[in-house]
Amino acid sequence: MTAVKLRYFAWVRERIGTAEEDIELPANLNTVRDLLLWLQARDDGYAEALRHPEVIRVAINQEHVDHKERLEGAREIALFPPMTGG
Amino acid sequence: MGGSTVVPTVRIQQEDFDLAEEVARLSAGGSNIGAVVTFSGLCRDEDGRLSALELEHYPGMAEAEIGRIAEEAIRRWPLTGLTAIHRHGLIVPGENIVVVIAASSHRQAAFEAAAFMMDFLKTRAPFWKREHLIDGTPGPWVDATEADETSTRRW
Repeated sequence: MTAVKLRYFAWVRERIGTAEEDIELPANLNTVRDLLLWLQARDDGYAEALRHPEVIRVAINQEHVDHKERLEGAREIALFPPMTGG
Repeated sequence: MGGSTVVPTVRIQQEDFDLAEEVARLSAGGSNIGAVVTFSGLCRDEDGRLSALELEHYPGMAEAEIGRIAEEAIRRWPLTGLTAIHRHGLIVPGENIVVVIAASSHRQAAFEAAAFMMDFLKTRAPFWKREHLIDGTPGPWVDATEADETSTRRW
C-alpha cells in the first residue's frame, strides 16, 4: 500500500464531490488505467465522473502522463477533463 | 546571443495585467530586439449570453506546465525574451484572460513562438473554463475542441 494525494478538477471534482483526498493505493494497481478502473468501482460519484475513462487526463507529480504510465513514485495524482484555458 | 540563456517570465494570477507595461518590461532587456509579438486572449460574452467566465486552475502545475512550454519555445526559436501570464478566477467580458509576448531579432521567430505558446497553453496548461450565464447562474463547463488539438499537433 502506498499513500498518495488524489486531486480532482472541474467536472471531475464536482462529480466525485471532493477536491482532494489522501488514499492508500492497493498494491495490485500498476498503471494509471488500473487506478481509474479501481476508482470507478468506489461509488456512484466516481462511476459518474469516470464513466468514460478515455477522456480523463492525468498528471502524476504535476506532469502530464498517459494511461499506460506506472504509478511507482507517485506522491500526487490529479484527474481532470481536457483543458480549456488560454 | 544563444536563445538558451533567455529566462521566461511566467505568472499565474487572479488580478488583471497591463499589456503595455508587460511589453515595455520585455523590450527593456536588450538592443537586439527587432520584433515583439503580443497575443492577448479576452473574455467574450457570446453575443450577450454570458456574464462571466470562471477559470479553475491547478495551482503549482499551472506554473510548472507553462514553464515547460516556454522552455520548449526557447529551445525551438532564437528568442530574446518570452512572457506568459494567465489569469484565474471570475473574469468578465472584455477583460484579459491570457497574454503571451515573444521577442526576437526578427519577426518570424516571434510570430511562431507566440502561436506555439498559445496552442500549447490551450491544450496542455491545467485550466478549465466554466460559463456564468447572464442571469447570474453558473452554466456548463466549456468543452475542449478538436480544432485546438489539431492546432497543437501541427508543431
